[in-house]
Amino acid sequence: MRRYFGRKLLVYALTFVVAVTVNWMIPRFMPGDPVAGMLARAGVSQPAAVEAMRVYYTNLFGLDRPLWQQYASFWGTLLRGDFGISIWLFPTPVSTVILRAVPYTLGLMVPAVLLSWVAGNRLGAFAARRRLLDNTVLPLGYVLTATPYMWLAVILAWGLGVVAGWFPVAGGYSFSLQPSFTAGFLLDLLHHWVLPFLSLFLVALGGWAIGMRNMIIYELESDYASYLAALGAPARLIRRYAFRNAVLPQITGLALQLGVLVAGALVTEIVFSYPGLGSLILKAIQNQDFFLLQGTFMFIVIGVLVANFVIDLVYVVVDPRTRAGMAGARG
Amino acid sequence: MTAAPTETRPEPRVVRREALHFAVRNGKLVTGFAVVLVLLLTGLLGPLLLGSAPPNEYVAAPMLPPSAEHWFGTTTFGQDVFTQFVHGLRTTFAVGALGGGIAALIAMVVGFTAGYRGGLPDEALTMLTNVILVIPTLAVLLVVNAYLGVRGVAVQGLFIGLTSWPWAARAIRAQTFSLRTRDFVDLARLSGLGTGRIIAREIAPNMSSYLFMTFILLFGGSVLIASSLDFIGLGPTEGVSLGLMLQNATQWSALQLGLWWWFVPPGAAITAVVGALYVANVGLDEVFNPKLRTT
Repeated sequence: MRRYFGRKLLVYALTFVVAVTVNWMIPRFMPGDPVAGMLARAGVSQPAAVEAMRVYYTNLFGLDRPLWQQYASFWGTLLRGDFGISIWLFPTPVSTVILRAVPYTLGLMVPAVLLSWVAGNRLGAFAARRRLLDNTVLPLGYVLTATPYMWLAVILAWGLGVVAGWFPVAGGYSFSLQPSFTAGFLLDLLHHWVLPFLSLFLVALGGWAIGMRNMIIYELESDYASYLAALGAPARLIRRYAFRNAVLPQITGLALQLGVLVAGALVTEIVFSYPGLGSLILKAIQNQDFFLLQGTFMFIVIGVLVANFVIDLVYVVVDPRTRAGMAGARG
Repeated sequence: MTAAPTETRPEPRVVRREALHFAVRNGKLVTGFAVVLVLLLTGLLGPLLLGSAPPNEYVAAPMLPPSAEHWFGTTTFGQDVFTQFVHGLRTTFAVGALGGGIAALIAMVVGFTAGYRGGLPDEALTMLTNVILVIPTLAVLLVVNAYLGVRGVAVQGLFIGLTSWPWAARAIRAQTFSLRTRDFVDLARLSGLGTGRIIAREIAPNMSSYLFMTFILLFGGSVLIASSLDFIGLGPTEGVSLGLMLQNATQWSALQLGLWWWFVPPGAAITAVVGALYVANVGLDEVFNPKLRTT
């Protein structure tokens, strides 16, 4: 088990280093001069102002020093939790802007991911080897999993929001309210949360259902299932054993899908102008706020790494073979 | 080759004919590929048949609902949605082919090398694969594309390909690993064939169906990632794509104005292409894997 965690942590540490390095490299090694680009987009015409901005940005990036010093100081500021100053919300620090948005993204993603995973697994396990259900769940699952997240969000916003008028289609809460811990505000928050949650939930559901269905069919054809059947065990018992075995690859699948799920949450937030990281990224891009964009990137990477580690912990609890130091741990 | 002894040579041909026999009778495969083919032809021929009108040209009154003249209606600016749609389809297929192709190529190089060589190269490549696997693809692409001033379809496809290969490399490595100790590979090694030729002539052909299915999934994944990027506003700076159409529709409040003909077709087309590919993939699996055949 120590070897299992040691290896995992090594991968995550390396991933973090790679992500930071990529984050450092992109502005410096992309074609074109980032400072010149920023100045051009700022649209300042007075030569004095342009010169002042050039000096400011060059100092900020530390572009006048040797590369290894730039790299070292990049790590230094990062480890101090300093992600720079947001240009869009000048002079708020990037970390403050991001921390304000993170609760909304987490509040949307965590329930959507967990519930779709649980419901998808149930649905898939239930549909496997039942002809009628299989013929409806499977095609529907493929359509859902092929749907772009933002398109389902747009369709839901249009159908249930604009046409039916049941749910608001923009924002995290009504503009007339101030965030507070009153029943009225929390209900309003929930009301705005339903549609983005639903669209995330539905797209993810399809993939889990298909995965589970295929795994259950595979498990039901294995030797232990046939043996149990030959012993006269009830079908329900066999299915329960099959489910327990089939859940393991689904946990691995959850870790592998995290990147896609984050991407889905980001575009869904943009559709609903939900005040999470997705809307932040949109604002950062529209305002050419590269510090904010890169800060958000680092936050997403850290979040995905933490989630991966949590999934590893869960895997050890669920699969006894990893505890005994035997095979069975995921890659 | 034709003069080769009959008891060894006909085998691949029989296998291929058998696969074809099941392929044309597999509903999933035929339907899936038919949908993709129809949309591909629309994307390839549509722009030619519609003449040289640029897709972003203002051609009619704004906000017209679908009619005989404008099949998918017009946008808030009086652009023809159908013209944008066919051009967008073309872009979508281009990004899918390019991104999926590059990713498949990298996955094959990494997977074959790691799986066949084993030892230290395997350790290093597996570590690299695992590291890149954990990094959220879209987040990297966001930063990269934000710094690119001028963005084209080719560059978009290239970067998608460069970031989306890891899971495929892992799958190919596992397959190669199980093939490399088979007798026919040992025989090839004993007869003095080089590593590259063994992989190209003994290992790859034995998993060609698997490789093709991996490419299909990578293609679908590229299409979805590209549409997300376009939607966030980091799509091609010139031209149209289905993701850009969705972005424009939401940005210019097509939802509030009730212009459903603007945002329904592009999303439906992406879903149709990717969904049809997934379904065709299941069909292919049934064709090549006798255990899964139900009929």
